Amino acid sequence: MSAFLALYVGQVSRARAARGPLLFVATLQSVGILLLLRGVVDEGSDTTAQQVVAGSTVLVVAFVALNLLAQRFGMLRGTGALDYYATLPVSGSLVVLATAASYATFTVPGAVLTAFVGALLYGLPLGHLWILLVVLPLAGASLAGLGACLGLLAPRPELATVAGQLGMSGILFLGIIPEHRMPAVLQVVRAAVPSTYATDAFASSFARHLDVAALLTDVGVCLVVAVLALSLASAAFRRAVRA
Amino acid sequence: MTVVAAAPVRTVAVSLEGLRRHRGDVLATDDVSLEVLAGEVFGLLGPNGAGKTTLVRLLVGVLRPEAGRVSLLGQDVTADPRAASRLLAYLAQDEPALNELPVGLAVETTGRLRGLSRRDARSQTADLLDELGLADVQERPLTKLSGGQRRLAQVAAALIADRPLLVLDEPTTGLDALARRAVWEILRRRRTEAGVTVVLVTHNVVEAEQVLDRVAVLDRGRVIACDTPGRLKALVSNDVRLDLVWRDEPPLGEPAVAALLARSEVDGRRWSARLPAADAREALGRLTAGPALAALDDFTLATPTLEDVYLSLGGRAHDLERS
Repeated sequence: MSAFLALYVGQVSRARAARGPLLFVATLQSVGILLLLRGVVDEGSDTTAQQVVAGSTVLVVAFVALNLLAQRFGMLRGTGALDYYATLPVSGSLVVLATAASYATFTVPGAVLTAFVGALLYGLPLGHLWILLVVLPLAGASLAGLGACLGLLAPRPELATVAGQLGMSGILFLGIIPEHRMPAVLQVVRAAVPSTYATDAFASSFARHLDVAALLTDVGVCLVVAVLALSLASAAFRRAVRA
Repeated sequence: MTVVAAAPVRTVAVSLEGLRRHRGDVLATDDVSLEVLAGEVFGLLGPNGAGKTTLVRLLVGVLRPEAGRVSLLGQDVTADPRAASRLLAYLAQDEPALNELPVGLAVETTGRLRGLSRRDARSQTADLLDELGLADVQERPLTKLSGGQRRLAQVAAALIADRPLLVLDEPTTGLDALARRAVWEILRRRRTEAGVTVVLVTHNVVEAEQVLDRVAVLDRGRVIACDTPGRLKALVSNDVRLDLVWRDEPPLGEPAVAALLARSEVDGRRWSARLPAADAREALGRLTAGPALAALDDFTLATPTLEDVYLSLGGRAHDLERS
């Protein structure tokens, strides 16, 4: 546990110094999308408004946990920096978990701010906003796990960056466009993308009547994806070190 | 009754047996066997591409050998690679993982990951930063430091937590003379006070001669010699190096010049020949007595270095550093 904390504190400190401006951009991007779409979304269309706000909130998580973490692990792999961790008495899983946790932590202020601004802009109720506190760590862990996989599996750092950014763009479109306005093919894709469940869980927090069963399903999927992605990332870490 | 005192037996700190490993299609480590004794400063010397870094990554347990065995302080780390991380500290040629961390936190975190309590990690960090002259920059991220200071900070991270075996890949690269001395002084102290063993990778022959107890010379993945620097130089003690710099085009019509050309490595107007001492004396006598002297800008005669050993043993590359 002390090794995890040491890694986590180190990563948070590193990210605080190096990523501050990027975190600002991540939040600004999502709040900007909310402002832009405000004129398009019909007054009284709660489902669409919930989707737009939830999609924008997940975009903050995707920007930091998926995109920036994919870049970080791509850089670590590309520069041989994984040797530093591989010669310390800590497991690769712990390094992946602590790094993912630190990036997930950095999504919190931006995501909360985006959700709050979105709820005010679109006139959504704030009563269930506490759901964010449950969903954020799981959404953060699942997207950070996927980001770590992209970074560690990509053969070159540039490809990790491209994959992270493409992943983020996909999450943006599939998250913000309301499901009922999508063509059937895209609805299938949407159902297959893990971030959808985070978006839907976030959307529940803005519902006037909470659908607990649907929320639990969405949160459960986030949890399973987080466990799978982080396990795969740990295996990818071991493989990348020995390459 | 006669009592015979047993000769002190020095423990073997590192034992490599028949190591073999490819990097892509290249056989980067080719049947390497070595022993490093506890308390030694042991060097791996060779030009870029000789296989030093692959050998070191096998030694520290990052890479698994295709054949052979690595034992550290009596433990077989081929069977249990994690054991290596509890016995040694490794400093790679660069440590980008630490780059954006403040110096103090980088060293302290490394100490905590090596199992120190927070208190011990902080106190050792403070001592190390003092010793290496980094106390004033401990709050600054490594990326904001000069190259030399950054390397010193990485050295500090390698030294925390008192590992009995230090594996350092070109630790003094980019350091000025003062900082180099600080690093060697701190390593000397660790060795005399705690019996620390140091395996050092270098391609700097001068440094190798000054600090190493023994050195293994590598060429294309193989150990081509392993002994003390003094004994290795004795292999070529009858040879000297004659270096010439021509001011103008060398007068190749002169028989003495033509004869020397056949035995020299030529780099523009710089010629370098490794010759038996008597031949070098004779060649220099003929050059300085004849008309060739007017075309000569400079010449030096030098006793052999480890680079000459490397070349005399069949080494082919020419990028060993001589400063």
